Amino acid sequence: MKRSNQPVFWVLFGAGGMLSALLGAALVFVTGIAAPLHWLPTRTMGYEGVLAFCRNGAGKAFVFAVISLFLWHGAHRIYHSLHDLGLHTGMVAKAACYGLAAAATILAAATLLQLGF
Amino acid sequence: MPEPRTITVEVLRYQPAKGTNPYVDRWTIPYTEDMSVLQGLQYIKDTLDGSLTFRWSCRMAICGSCGMMIGGVPKLACRTFLRDLAPGPVRVEALAHFPIERDLVVDAEDFVGKLERIKPWIEPREPRTLEEGPYTQTPAQLARYESFSHCINCMLCYSACPQYGLNPDFLGPGLTALLHRYNSDSRDGASAERMQLVHSEEGVWSCTAVGYCSEVCPKQVDPANAVNVNKTASAIDWFARFLPGKR
Repeated sequence: MKRSNQPVFWVLFGAGGMLSALLGAALVFVTGIAAPLHWLPTRTMGYEGVLAFCRNGAGKAFVFAVISLFLWHGAHRIYHSLHDLGLHTGMVAKAACYGLAAAATILAAATLLQLGF
Repeated sequence: MPEPRTITVEVLRYQPAKGTNPYVDRWTIPYTEDMSVLQGLQYIKDTLDGSLTFRWSCRMAICGSCGMMIGGVPKLACRTFLRDLAPGPVRVEALAHFPIERDLVVDAEDFVGKLERIKPWIEPREPRTLEEGPYTQTPAQLARYESFSHCINCMLCYSACPQYGLNPDFLGPGLTALLHRYNSDSRDGASAERMQLVHSEEGVWSCTAVGYCSEVCPKQVDPANAVNVNKTASAIDWFARFLPGKR
């Protein structure tokens, strides 16, 4: 019997699901609504403040986790939903969904490292 | 005496010997307060159309033979009452996701084949001789698997499972619950072997946690829980095998 490789994706899916359930709505509010409408002090979500956050080790880990794990969660969900909708694209959907999450993970890591400490 | 109440029963028929496509037959039958759908079908077979074919045996929800789609929901015909379906019509079809042999009888070969694969028996962890006495168990050890041992193999959960409908290679809800029952038994020693099936592509990973299997289960076995517990166990094992000292 061939062992399934789904545990890897399921763990990333689960971690992303947990994180997005806890933080997703708050992040959308802060970055998508409150900051653009200037409800927050300028230095909180201003360029300098966010850059300093991304140069901090813990800040880097946080930004990396919310970008990468959210995407792994979404990729897994979309991949399985396509199957449920009767779109059995097999490897194509798998490569597109997980590939996007993997590419964004690498891009996020590279960008965060490039910003320095 | 009040007039007997009547209800219309519609059955999706399939009679391969006649070489016809599936078609629908309708009968209006008298019923009483205590009549099940199974008794309604028996009334039709005995008095109106002897060719109507369906499986049944115990009439008391323990043999698991009379599973069928009633109003589009997988149910046991013996524990579904006509009074609850009034004024009707009552639509009865063969269990979804299985090939139909005739009328309401489905081909259970896939299920039975998988049943053999999960080794649904206890392989003693430490074989004992007759002189050594029985395999004893504490109430706490019994409680770990007892609810999963209530499965009657009625296959309602397979009709409820959208993933089994899409891909019949999936081991499926009921047999995963039964596999879990033996793996959770303190007297059993074949857990590692059964877990190979859980880890495989036909194992638990086809499940997308819909949960309808547990909803339709007439014995409250909760197969969705068994699948979920085994997903966690299988994921831990996937990573644990890379730890030093493993394999």
